[in-house]
Amino acid sequence: MALDTVWFQVAGTICNLRCTHCFISCAPDNHSQRMLTLAEVEERLAEAEALGVKDYYFTGGEPFMNREIFPILAATLALGPATVLTNGLIMDASRVERLRALAAGSPYSLDLRISLDGYKAETHDAIRGPGTFDAATAAAARLAAAGLNPVLTVTEVTPDIGSPRARAAFLERMRALGLPRPRLKVLSMFRIGREVERERGYSSCESLRGAALTEADTAALQCSSSRMVTGKGVYVCPILIDHDDAIMGSTLGATLRPFPLSHSACYTCHAFGVTCRT
Amino acid sequence: MPPATGPRRIAAFGGVYSNWLALEAVLLDARRRGAEAIYCLGDLGAFGPHPDRVWPLLVAGGVETIQGNYEESLASGAGDCNCGYTDPRDNQFAQLSYDYTAARTSEPFKHWMGTLPKHIRLELGGQRLLLCHGSPRRINEFLWETTTSNAFLRRLLAECGADALLCTHTGLPWQRDLPGGGQVVNVGVIGRPPNDGRRGGVYALLDAGPPLRTEFIRFDYDAERLAGEMRDEKLPEEFAETILTGWWTTCLEILPAKERERGRH
Repeated sequence: MALDTVWFQVAGTICNLRCTHCFISCAPDNHSQRMLTLAEVEERLAEAEALGVKDYYFTGGEPFMNREIFPILAATLALGPATVLTNGLIMDASRVERLRALAAGSPYSLDLRISLDGYKAETHDAIRGPGTFDAATAAAARLAAAGLNPVLTVTEVTPDIGSPRARAAFLERMRALGLPRPRLKVLSMFRIGREVERERGYSSCESLRGAALTEADTAALQCSSSRMVTGKGVYVCPILIDHDDAIMGSTLGATLRPFPLSHSACYTCHAFGVTCRT
Repeated sequence: MPPATGPRRIAAFGGVYSNWLALEAVLLDARRRGAEAIYCLGDLGAFGPHPDRVWPLLVAGGVETIQGNYEESLASGAGDCNCGYTDPRDNQFAQLSYDYTAARTSEPFKHWMGTLPKHIRLELGGQRLLLCHGSPRRINEFLWETTTSNAFLRRLLAECGADALLCTHTGLPWQRDLPGGGQVVNVGVIGRPPNDGRRGGVYALLDAGPPLRTEFIRFDYDAERLAGEMRDEKLPEEFAETILTGWWTTCLEILPAKERERGRH
C-alpha cells in the first residue's frame, strides 16, 4: 500500500466543546485519546518522509489546545503541506499571527479548516452551543484577513446543504462577514459516537460486509492511502479511533496493508464518496 | 555523455480545452523558438468552443499527444470528465462543459483519442523523462506546487524509473529541482490563463541538461475572438470572463490555500 496522507490526532479526544454529533465524542474531560507530543509527531514525520508521504492533517479534539501545536506545524511544514481542522473558538489574533508567519516561511500550503454545522447559527449552535457560529465565522474572517483564507467545512445536518440556493446565500453572508473568497467543503455525517443519540446509528443494511467492491472503489477509499497517528497507535483512518480493532500497528510502516471494511462507518465512506481530506 | 542525436530543445503543454486559437499560437511560437519536438500532455476538450478544430492543428503540427482524463472519458463514452473535483458547483460547470464537448466532438476524433498513450518516455540530454497527464500513477491526480512534498515526488520518480517528470492537469505551471536529484515540471495549460489576471496562456520550453532547464513561456492570442465564439456557442459566461480577465471563475474549490490566495475569486 502506498501511503499518501498521514493524520495526527494531535489533541486526542480533548476539546473545548461537547458537540452533540461528535463521532468520537470529544469533550474537555474525554481522555480516551491523549494529546500527542512534538517528539512523537517528529518520530512519525521522519518515518513518513522516508515513505514518500504527500501531505499531513491535524485534528482532535481541538488542535489548538495542544501547547506544542506551533512547533509541531513548523516541523511538518518543513516537509510538506499541512491542514489543521479547528472549531475556531480560540483562534485569537496572536494565534492567527503565528500561523501567518508559519505559512509565509514554508513553500507548502498551510490550510486551516473551520468546522460548521449547516449554513446557519441556528443549526450550528444547537449542536455546539450558543454563540459558537458567530465565534467560528469571526475566526474565519480573522484568518482570511491574514492571508490564510480557511476552508469552511459544513456538515450535512439539514437536507438543504446540497441546494445551490442555500449554498449561494451562505457564501454571500460569508462575504459580508469578511471572507471575500469563501472556500467550502461539505461533509457527510458519520452515524457513530454521539450522533447515534442525536439522530440515529446505522441500520443493518448500511454496511459493506459481504459487498463486492471493485478495485477502483477500494482505491477511492481513504483507507487505501492514509493512516491516523494517535497516542494509542496508528489507526486505519480518522473515523474509527474509538475502536481498538482499527489500530493497525505502532508505526506507519507496520500498517501498510488492506483493512477489512467491517465497520458501519465504512458504508458512509463508500456510499457517499467521503474523504476526510480537503 | 548525451546522445549525439535527438532533440536538445522541446516544448510541452497541457489543457488545450478546445482553445484552438491558443493552440495555433503556441505551435507557431514554439517552432519559432527552435523547439525540435512538441508534446501535448492531454485534456484537449472542455471549456472552449468547437472541439473538432483542435485535432487538425495537432496533426499538422506533428504534436506527440498523451491521453488526459478528458480523452479517456470521451473515447470510452463515459458520462463525465473524471476531472476529480469534489465541490458541487465545480462539478456542475465541469458537467456543462463535458456535455457540450461530448456532443460536438466527432466520432473519428473520439476514436483517435482512445488510441493515445497514457505516458511517453523520452531521453533528453541523457536524462530519462516521463511525460504523463495527472501523475504517473493516476490520470486525474492533481500535483499542485504547494501541496506536493519533495518526498512524494521522489517516490513517484523512483516508482516510474525517471530522472524528470512532466505533468499538467492542475492548470497552474511550476517546476522543482528536488534536493538530492530529480526534477518535476508541471507544464501548465494553454487553454485558460494561469489565474494571474493576464490574458493568454503558458507552455514550457525545455532545454537538454542535465539538469533539464525549464522556461515558462507566456503567449497571447485573440482572446476577444475566443470569448465571442464561446458566447455564440452559449457556453457559460463565467468561462468567457476567465478568458478575458485572466482570473479563474470556476473549478476553484480544488485549489490549495496558497494557490487560491493568488487568485481573485
